[in-house]
Order: sequence, then structure tokens, then C-alpha cells
Amino acid sequence: MSQLVGYMADSRVRWTEYLPWVLALLVYFFLPEYLSLGARVLTYILFALSLDLIIGYAGIITLGHASFFGLGAYITGILAAKLGVTDPLLQLLASALGAGLLGLITGAVILKMKGLTQLMMTLAISALCLEVANKATFVTGGADGLSGMEIAPILGMFKFDLFGKTAYLYCLVLLFGTWVIVRRLIYSPFGVSLMGIRENSARMHAIGAPVYKKLMMVYTLSALIAGLAGALLAQTNQFVGLNVLGFEPSGELLVMLILGGVGRLYGAFVGPVVFLLAQDYLAKQFPEYWYFGIGLLLVLVVLFARGGVLGIMDKLLVKSRTRLTGSQSS
Amino acid sequence: MKFTLKAVVLVGFSALALGFGSMAQAETVKIGFISSYSGAAAAQGDQLDKGVKLFMKLNGDKLPPGVKVELITRDDTGPNPDVAKRVAQELIVRDKVQFLTGVVWTPNMAAIAPLTTEAKVPFVSMNAAGARVMVNAPYMTRVSFTLWQSAYPLGQWASKKYKKAYTSVSDFAPGHEAEEGFIKGFKEGGGEILGSVRVPLANPDFVPFMQRIKDAKPDVLFGFNPAGKAATAMMKSYADLDLPKAGIKFIGTGDIVTDEELQGMGDVALGITTVHHYSAASDRPANKAFVAAYKKEFGADLNPGFMVVAAWDAMDAIFAAIREQAGKVDPDKSMEFFKKWKSTTSPRGTFSIDPETRDVVNPEYLREVKKVGGKLANVEIETIGTAVKDPMKEADKKK
Amino acid sequence: MEIFLSSLVSVAFHGVAYGMILYVISVGLSVTMGLMGFANLAHGVFAMAGGYVLVVSLSKFDIPFPLALVMCFALVALVSVVLERTLYARLYGEAELEQVLFTIGLIYMSVAVARLIFGTLQQPVILPDYLKGQFPLIGRDFPAYRVFLIVFTAGIIAALWFGVERTIWGAKVRASVDNRAMAQSIGINTKSLFTITFAVGSGLAGLGGGLGAEIVAIQPTYPFEQLVFFLIVVSVGGLGSLRGPFVAALLIGVTDTACKYWLPQFGAFFIYIATIGLLLWRPQGLMGKRS
Repeated sequence: MSQLVGYMADSRVRWTEYLPWVLALLVYFFLPEYLSLGARVLTYILFALSLDLIIGYAGIITLGHASFFGLGAYITGILAAKLGVTDPLLQLLASALGAGLLGLITGAVILKMKGLTQLMMTLAISALCLEVANKATFVTGGADGLSGMEIAPILGMFKFDLFGKTAYLYCLVLLFGTWVIVRRLIYSPFGVSLMGIRENSARMHAIGAPVYKKLMMVYTLSALIAGLAGALLAQTNQFVGLNVLGFEPSGELLVMLILGGVGRLYGAFVGPVVFLLAQDYLAKQFPEYWYFGIGLLLVLVVLFARGGVLGIMDKLLVKSRTRLTGSQSS
Repeated sequence: MKFTLKAVVLVGFSALALGFGSMAQAETVKIGFISSYSGAAAAQGDQLDKGVKLFMKLNGDKLPPGVKVELITRDDTGPNPDVAKRVAQELIVRDKVQFLTGVVWTPNMAAIAPLTTEAKVPFVSMNAAGARVMVNAPYMTRVSFTLWQSAYPLGQWASKKYKKAYTSVSDFAPGHEAEEGFIKGFKEGGGEILGSVRVPLANPDFVPFMQRIKDAKPDVLFGFNPAGKAATAMMKSYADLDLPKAGIKFIGTGDIVTDEELQGMGDVALGITTVHHYSAASDRPANKAFVAAYKKEFGADLNPGFMVVAAWDAMDAIFAAIREQAGKVDPDKSMEFFKKWKSTTSPRGTFSIDPETRDVVNPEYLREVKKVGGKLANVEIETIGTAVKDPMKEADKKK
Repeated sequence: MEIFLSSLVSVAFHGVAYGMILYVISVGLSVTMGLMGFANLAHGVFAMAGGYVLVVSLSKFDIPFPLALVMCFALVALVSVVLERTLYARLYGEAELEQVLFTIGLIYMSVAVARLIFGTLQQPVILPDYLKGQFPLIGRDFPAYRVFLIVFTAGIIAALWFGVERTIWGAKVRASVDNRAMAQSIGINTKSLFTITFAVGSGLAGLGGGLGAEIVAIQPTYPFEQLVFFLIVVSVGGLGSLRGPFVAALLIGVTDTACKYWLPQFGAFFIYIATIGLLLWRPQGLMGKRS
């Protein structure tokens, strides 16, 4: 699994790491008509970040990550539409806690399994969540979806508007906060031990590392962040439908992450941007070819371009550097 | 010298052209049309699309001079409310449409509702039939139908012929409304409901439900599904499990024998009685002309279903609103216009919009599936009501 | 009481029919996983392909039903050989993530192709007349096609079990599943063994998909939707085993049908709960080996 790049000993912030935030602010000022698409991209970056923690850093493959996302979305939706809890920050908190709890419970089940069984279990749990949401019509709205959500202005001041300006900045702030936390985590001893588990868990057991406990922690954290992303989606759309759950969003997220590059933090940034922008343009014109394109992309990435976009950029950088310095490429 | 002359001439011409352009600037009214082109609902979305295309071909130029219509089409990919909402928002914010129309699915319409209110964009539903969605959406109106309009009179009619009924509907708002409407009508006439099932909207497997219904031994089965292929699947399982032989009659709203699917259902559909606002087999002159035009455009083997008619009627109403306002459309004026709308030339007969609820007032016909000219057709046997308002809202008012 | 017994029989019957189909489709996945260690999530694609072959043969080409079934098996097996040699073989021994991504990519592509060619909706299966209608058994009527299904799949399964347990090929497969390195060292050509086994497994999936087209509708999203059930059958049954998935498939078939019949408001809920429970109790599956 050594194609999963990521850990570097140097935890200082490189200048390239400021780029995403600068770009995000530029978009806010210069592309006001695209802000709701922008908010959607930011939400999915957050979601992808949570998946990267699990797949890229802990090495657990899951096809059901949307369970946490969907739960977060529905918690916020139900609070806003049925229980009259309209404060957005309270909704975020509830969603994060709820999703984290689900992460804890399902993690306890899943992390004891291996291989195909583990993978299947993530699918089964995901299908279960979808089924519950589909049937519990009185709470979730079932196939009709949950509408009538009331979201109070953030901190009493910033109202969600039709153009998505508030939503965009709100998502940006939340993403930034989460990113700071995740980044610290990855460069910490905890992050190192995660990568040890991913590379060779038998050895980690042998050196006495509490593998199960650490996996539980990262799994729960990842679920929590995914729940947060789900809540964001619900708040910015002011609507929750069944398609926040199940295989489809999980699969799409996986594609986004692989596209960007797994296990390197910024893959979670690049992937959703490329995917969602392409989808916005292409899927409208050619819906069938879009699906085919995603599949082909996955196959090609696996066969030729592991590491996704960032991986390709890495290779190009290495090539250009060796050309410049004139040394032999290793 | 030459170069400068050329430049001057070029600039001059461009200026003239620009000037002419702005003088002859047509008033362009943008209409956002949302349908389902991909996903499981593509068949229904295709019906709306055909209706719109047929209208634009035959009547697309019936506008005041200098007024043009730009139709922007988007795909909501099926019963996916959040995609629909996003698409509607883009149409409003990015494309700046002045009307929104289309929408097969009620959940999608529900998601779009708050946008139309906030942005003040009139919305004309071509299909989405959920009745309660429109209540708090002052800029929404509908030219299709509501479930109570057909289910309630059917229930009343059925209670005179049968004693025990079982209901099976798809599990979403229109399905629930169909169930409520039928049960109310049936019970009012003294009938007994043995049981009700709600079948999942996505990928229903009708067989276990049909088995259960068969074991309960009702006189009649009331069914509702969102037309399209689900209608064929339901009919098939009704036949496969031998419910006809067990003496259980199948009735429903017109969706269960929807015209575009009827031919594929086979002889098991013969004799099935339904109530609906439109049948392709109707003799009305307006309808005959419509069906002929449809067959000419899309193929002699195809029949228009009720969704094609609704799409046609919606475009008709919108164009009329544009003509009335000479191209300078104002949302509130448009809504006032729609509230008073009455069409006598629709293929379904005469229909209008109820000014109080903004919902559609339909003629309702009792039909039976018969063989006409060797092909299956929904033959209109009697006219149950000429101007049926949505009974659900009437019932809600009385509460 | 009589009604209850009658519905019990009904549920058992429909459940067994569904379970048998599930097994025929999933057994290939079990063997592939056990033999090649390859997580082929795209297994459902072969089943779907078989379904489309059947539907097209019956409706467009008027091919007699038995021949159409043979074509389901043969055509899908052939295609799978091509895929295996060109694409799958590159990924043997790769990490699980790569295999998962690759096979999901295959699913997306085949879903798109299916949609492009066939449209998005369920394909109607035109059964031959001798398989339509009702068939009287033990005093009541059962749908004839499902009776045929149960009998025919029982035959296929018997043939399969015989093949694996009594033939040289079967012995080689069992040896390689048990210990691949050892098997190679005694001269078993695992490469061609893989190909043949993969072809048989995929062909069976195609046959199962075609046979089951009445019960599990053939539509483009088939591989996505049914994936979880195939995986459940294999995991609960035990990877690499033949009998385990059989029991698991029957359990699932009957439970699913029973729930839909008696508790329609819960739908497929119980299957997932049962799966989780079973796996917590026996993580290696009913008849899998402890690793």
C-alpha cells in the first residue's frame, strides 16, 4: 500500500497550503452567481476530508460513509423542521454528536472484522440507514423528503439567502476550523501511529500499540466530521432528501477522493472541486456518458494513475526538478 | 492609409450593427423547464418533454411581435428533491428565468416551493400532484391533477358495487393522498376497507404485497402508482398471482392504466375501471386532433398519456400569460392571470384553475379498458364530474 | 389457522425461489473470493448481463427459452474470460482498495452502457407459454415459473457440487483455495485455473441473473442494488465455501419474503439486523474457515 503518500516529517505550513483559502475568498468576491455551487463544493470537501481520515490514513475501506453524512443531515433537518430547534450552531452540534455516536457503535462492530466482510458490513449498515429513513416517514418525510426547515440567522445576524452568500462563508469557516484540527492530528504522534496501522497492522500489534482503540478514535472522529458535513448540506439546502444516504453518495465521495488523491489531506480538496465542477457542466449535457466517464476514470486511475490528480502533479514535479538539476531520477 | 480606412469601416459597421441590435432587441421571456431525463423516472419525464416539444412546434410562435421565448431545459434526475432544488435555484439565480414549469415528482415540487416564494417566480406544475404542497406557496399553480379528484369519486362509485376493498399505493405523498381519497369515498358509501399497504417508491417488488392481498380476499383492489413502468409492473404481478381468477377486481386512478403503457400490459387489463381526467381514446374533437398531431410527430404507434396533455396545457397557459402582458411579464400579474385561467381547447375537455387554491379544476371521467380497433384503450363510459375541485381541500375546509 | 398455514407455505415457497436464485448468482463470488482473494464487487454486472441476454434473446430474436438460458451462461462466461485476462489479472495480489475501486469503476461503466442501450427501466421477461400460469402441488396452486426455478436451480447446484467435489478440476480448486502456494508448488497451473473458475462463476451469475429476471428485475442499477445481498450471502455463508452460502442464501430469501409479507412497513430492515447479528456471532461466516 505504499502508493498512499502522505506523511512528511516536516509539519510547518508550506506556502502552497494557503492557496485553497485564497482561492476560496477570490471565488466569493468575483463569482457571486456560483456561490451555492461553491458552498456545495466546500461541504463535500469537508465530507471527503472525513473519508480520507479513514481510508487514507487508517486504511479502512468503507462504502457506507454516507450513513454518517445522512444522519447528520437528518438530525439537523428534523430539529429544524419538526422540533423547532432553529439555531444553526446547535443543529451542527447535535448532528456531529449524533453521527459520532453512530460512528462509535458501528465502529465497534466493523473494526473487529477484516477484508470483504468488513466492506460488506459498511454496505449493510449504509443500506440499513437508508431503509430506516425511507420507512420512518413521520420523522424523515420518506421519499418526499424533509422540507419546512427553519434556520435562524447564524449568531442572530447572518441570514441564509437565496444567493448562497451566507452559506458559502459559513461553510468556509467551518471547513477551515476542521482542517486546522485534522492537520494537527495528522502530524501528531497519533497520526503517525495511524499510518503505522495502515501499513502493517500486525506489526503494530506486535509492538503493543493499542490498534483497536486508535482505530475506534479515528473512525468516530471521521463519523463526526461527516455528520457535520451532512448538517451543512441540510442547512444550506434547507431540505433533506433520501439521497444523502446509501451507496450513491458514498460511491461518489470515494470517486472524488480517489480523483484528488487518497491519504494526502489535499486530495480531499482537489477531488471534490474537480468532480463537482465537471459534474455541474458535463452531467447536464451528457448524463449517461458522465456515469460511464466516472467508471472509466476509476479504472484508469487504478491502472495508471494511483494517487489521483495530486499524484500526477507529484510525478510531474519530480520530473521537472530532476530535469532542472540534471540529476538522475531515482 | 488603407489600414486606417478599413478600421474605420469596421468600427462603423459594428456600431451600426450594435445600434440596430439594441433597437430590434426582442423582449425575451425565459422559461425554465425541469423534467426527469435520467434515472428511473425517465419515461415520465419524456412524456412532459414530448408535450413541450409538440407545443413549441405547433404554437411556439404565437407571441406578440418582438417577443421571444427562450426555453431552458434541466434534468432533475428523478425523485431527487435536492437536485431539483439546486437546479431550480440555478435557473432562477444564474439564468434569471421568469417562469418555472415541469416537474414530474411531488417531492421535487415541495423542495422548489420556498424558492418560488422567495424569488417570486411563478411555477406551473405539469405533473407533480401532491395537494398539500401548494398551500403555502403563493406562486405555484398546477394544470395537472390531484389524487383526490380521481380517487375520491372512484371510492364513492366503488362503494355502490363492492363491499370489501384493499388498497395498495406507492409510498409517497401522492400515494398517501390517493389512499386517503379512496378510503374516504369508499367508507362514505358503506364499504369496508380490509387493509392498506404502501409499496416502496423505488424498485417496488409487488409480488409479496399482491400475495398478501390475495390471501385477504377483498372484492376489489384499489391501486395507485406513479404511472410509467411501475404501472406495468403492478399490472403484471396482479396477473401473475392470479388475482383476476380469485375474483378480485382491480380499479384505480388513471395512472394504473396510463395510456402510454397500456398496449404493453396485455389482455389482463381488459375490463379494468378507472377514474381520470384524460384518456387518449376520447372522442372529443380537440383530443382527436391532438392525438393525430402527436402520432405524426412522434410515431404512429405511440399514444399520448395524461402527462403530455398537462405539459401542453401548461405551455398554453404560460404563453397566454405572456401574450396578455405583451411580453413584459410581472410575477404577480402572471399569478393573477393564472388564477382566472380557463381552457376550453384542452385535449382533456374544459379545465380551469381555482382562484382560491390555485389548484386545477378537472373534468373527471369513468373509463373502462376495452379493445377498440384491436388495440387496448381507456374508453370513457361516463362523465363523473365536469368541474371537480380538489375534494381534499374541500374536506380540509370543513374541518 | 388455515390462512396462516397457507401464507406460511406461500412465504416459504417464494422465499426459497428467491434464495436459490441468490445462491446461483453469488456462489461464483464466493469461490472467486476464496480462490483468488479478489474482491470482485462487479459480480452483479455479470448477473445483470445474463439478464439482458435472456430478455433480448426472448423478445428480439425469438430464441427458445432453453437455448436462451444456455446463452446466458455461455456469453457471460466468455465475456468474463476476456475481462479477466485483460484487466482483472493485472490486479491480483494488489491491495484491497485498488480491487474495490477497480470493480466499482466497472460497475459504473456497465450501468451507463446498460442505460444507453436498454433505457432506464425494468425489462419485461416474455416467458414461454409452458412456463406461465399456475402449477398445482400438494393441493394448491403455485406460480409455474417459480416451481420451474426451484427445480432447475436445484439441478444446477447439484451439478456444481458434484463438479467441485468429484472432478479433478474441483479438487484443484479446493486445493488452491486451501493453500495457494502449496498448490502451485505441486504443479497446479493456478493461472488457467483462475480463468476457468472465474468463467464458471461468472457464467453461473449470468445464468442466475437470467433465470431470476422475473424475481429480481433487470435494470441498469442492478449491480449497485443487489451488491449488498450478494456480499451478505458470501460473508454470512463463508468465503470460499460452497455449502455455507447456500444456507445463507436460503435464509435471506425466506427472511426477506417473510418480512415483506408480514411486516411490510419494515421492509428489508431485518435482513441487515440478522446479518449483523450472525456475523458478530460467527465472524468467519457460517461455514468459512477461521483465518
